[in-house]
Amino acid sequence: MPDINSLYGPLDPAPDAGWVDAPPRMGFFTDTSVCIGCKACEVACKEWNAVPDSGFDLLGMSYDNTGALTANSWRHVAFVEQPRPAGHRTPPFAGDPTGPATSPATAAVGAGTSTDTGTTPGLPPGRPEPAARMAAGPEFLGMPGTQPPGRATGAESRTDFRWLMMSDVCKHCTHAACLDVCPTGSLFRTEFGTVVVQEDICNGCGYCISACPYGVIDQRKDDGRAWKCTLCYDRLGAGMTPACAQACPTESIQYGPLDELRDRAARRVATLHERGVPEARLYGHDPTDGVGGDGAFFLLLDEPEVYGLPPDPVVTTRDLPQMWKRAGLAALAMAAATVAAFVGGSS
Amino acid sequence: MSPDRPVGDRFRRFREHLTERTRPAGETAAERPAAADGPTGSRATGFGPGVGRTDAGARDAGLAPHPPRDAAPTDRRRRGGRGGRGGEQLTVPPAEFTSYYGRPILKPPVWKWDIAAYLFTGGLAAGSSLLAAGGQLTGRPALRRAGRVTSLAAVSASAYFLVNDLGRPSRFHHMLRVAKLTSPMSVGTWILSAFGPAAGVAAVAEAAPRLPTHGLLGLGRRLLPPAGHAAGLVAAVTAPALATYTGVLLADTAVPSWHEAYPELPVIFAGSALASGAGVGLLAAPVDQAGPARRLAVGGAALELWGAHRVEHRLGLLSEPYTEGTPGRLLRAGRALTAAGVVGALLGRRSRVLSAVSGGALLAASVCTRFGIFHGGVASARDPKYTVVPQRERADRRG
Repeated sequence: MPDINSLYGPLDPAPDAGWVDAPPRMGFFTDTSVCIGCKACEVACKEWNAVPDSGFDLLGMSYDNTGALTANSWRHVAFVEQPRPAGHRTPPFAGDPTGPATSPATAAVGAGTSTDTGTTPGLPPGRPEPAARMAAGPEFLGMPGTQPPGRATGAESRTDFRWLMMSDVCKHCTHAACLDVCPTGSLFRTEFGTVVVQEDICNGCGYCISACPYGVIDQRKDDGRAWKCTLCYDRLGAGMTPACAQACPTESIQYGPLDELRDRAARRVATLHERGVPEARLYGHDPTDGVGGDGAFFLLLDEPEVYGLPPDPVVTTRDLPQMWKRAGLAALAMAAATVAAFVGGSS
Repeated sequence: MSPDRPVGDRFRRFREHLTERTRPAGETAAERPAAADGPTGSRATGFGPGVGRTDAGARDAGLAPHPPRDAAPTDRRRRGGRGGRGGEQLTVPPAEFTSYYGRPILKPPVWKWDIAAYLFTGGLAAGSSLLAAGGQLTGRPALRRAGRVTSLAAVSASAYFLVNDLGRPSRFHHMLRVAKLTSPMSVGTWILSAFGPAAGVAAVAEAAPRLPTHGLLGLGRRLLPPAGHAAGLVAAVTAPALATYTGVLLADTAVPSWHEAYPELPVIFAGSALASGAGVGLLAAPVDQAGPARRLAVGGAALELWGAHRVEHRLGLLSEPYTEGTPGRLLRAGRALTAAGVVGALLGRRSRVLSAVSGGALLAASVCTRFGIFHGGVASARDPKYTVVPQRERADRRG
């Protein structure tokens, strides 16, 4: 008898998947307030998991030259440059002749770049208007001009800026749409509550890619299969810490039992609020959210969409019972129409 | 509660109030730590104490998920009365939203045009096998023959498209490892596995009259017709499932314009399948046998047009991808061809040529509709606007 919450609502995923005496659910807490953007996590992940390279082009998205999570990048460090103070009151660039630190023009260019990640869809280009808006702050009204930064404007228009960095990763959702829609059983729930692709089963149907509400999972072009973060399933089994968390020099990526991480995260947010960082908030920590909580959750310093995360994701399988019901009704209508067409009428 | 009937704001507030009150102490909004210097964020982005922090604790306490299980799929902007003309969707305000370098949040589907083509051929196989079964049971051999042969051809093409679209085509049989109700693709695999052989036997049985009367093949000549009869009925019973599950296949994804259209997609696909089956009948059968095909064309077109109208107007911002660019052109062409096909089918009772032309129009309409729906969804996944704006509105409404 499946749990009443097995499609939606709070749930402990490993026992629901049939594990008896499962160990505590393990996960990541990524505290972006201490991330320094060193990308050690990206490198460590590639080294340990033998992930192929994902292109070496510069993307023009600040220091982000990875672009997005793909089949060949299981950690992705996002860099956001924002024209606003970083919480303290000393303007760091006062008297600096360079003008605004961020420019809508460069962000707009950054939106259109791409690199051959060796995967599909990999890193599709974005739209320049929203990208420009992101770098210009809320007051941006049109497309950027062509003047170099600081040339056309005086010192009074210069803005302060802050730099947000976040190491993104597969969320290992409680209700993982990728896993539920997988038609081969290649994706499975581990005893640690994480979600892993079995590469010897995957036949590259691509369903998981459309199902993921975070745009995490992706397909390698050369071998046709879907790949994503395994939360270092092999290391977990040996009682080791995942490679990215092990490599993180600032403990921005923390690994441990999820319950403990959630407690730690709540305390961290409270501390940050006390210290005058009111914008600190958690993302994906809540077992009652649309995906039943994430196994990998985050402390963010701005709205989730600023980092390229969906603001309020809901697992698509929440509506699956209604979908089947509608399909059943449509099928009945179809049968009825056929009967009527053949029985009714004279010719 | 029927998902396509939105509850009023007042009822939603009442229901939320109710869940708030039945929630155990320690989880009410009022008892959250009041951050003097800032918001605690929405429920999705904030932090809360107590029982709701662990998976098991939250489940045992019976905490309600947010948004609620039976939430209306989207913010419906149509404020007018029922049966309005539906032009109001153009009043959607320009979507201002924040993004990460304007990049898409979702990964757009990796399915190539094979899958859109499969949507058509699968529906054609289903529609024509229904037509064949009707012809078989009501003594219209031309409908039966055309339906069975088309059905086999279409289901063979479907199998090719589906296998060809895999990243690892040689592993297509891995689909048969499991049967999962949560995976519409798995369900579809099993539907096809039942339908395909049945359609095949039914079509092969049509060759019986060409076999010699004596010998081993003569035995086949006698055994094939009853086998084909039974197989044709099996195929017809499976056909409605084959035609409608594809609606769930597309809707059960994170692709915004597919998912939110889940009430309509199976209806559109059912109608499109019937219309294309009717098209086969109109093309292949003499006018005196094509009566049911004409009526089927009307019924199928009605379902298809109703469904397509709904997805183009009901979903607010998420209707936009279906009305703009290539998907918009395809869906408009599909609508025009459907209308032309139905009119031609009704007027062409005595004209074989007019009937055949309208049959062709119905088939072309089905192709256009399928590709339009397919590409509309892909467009909605490519633009972060369709991911962020509806979700942001939902989160903000919740507070």
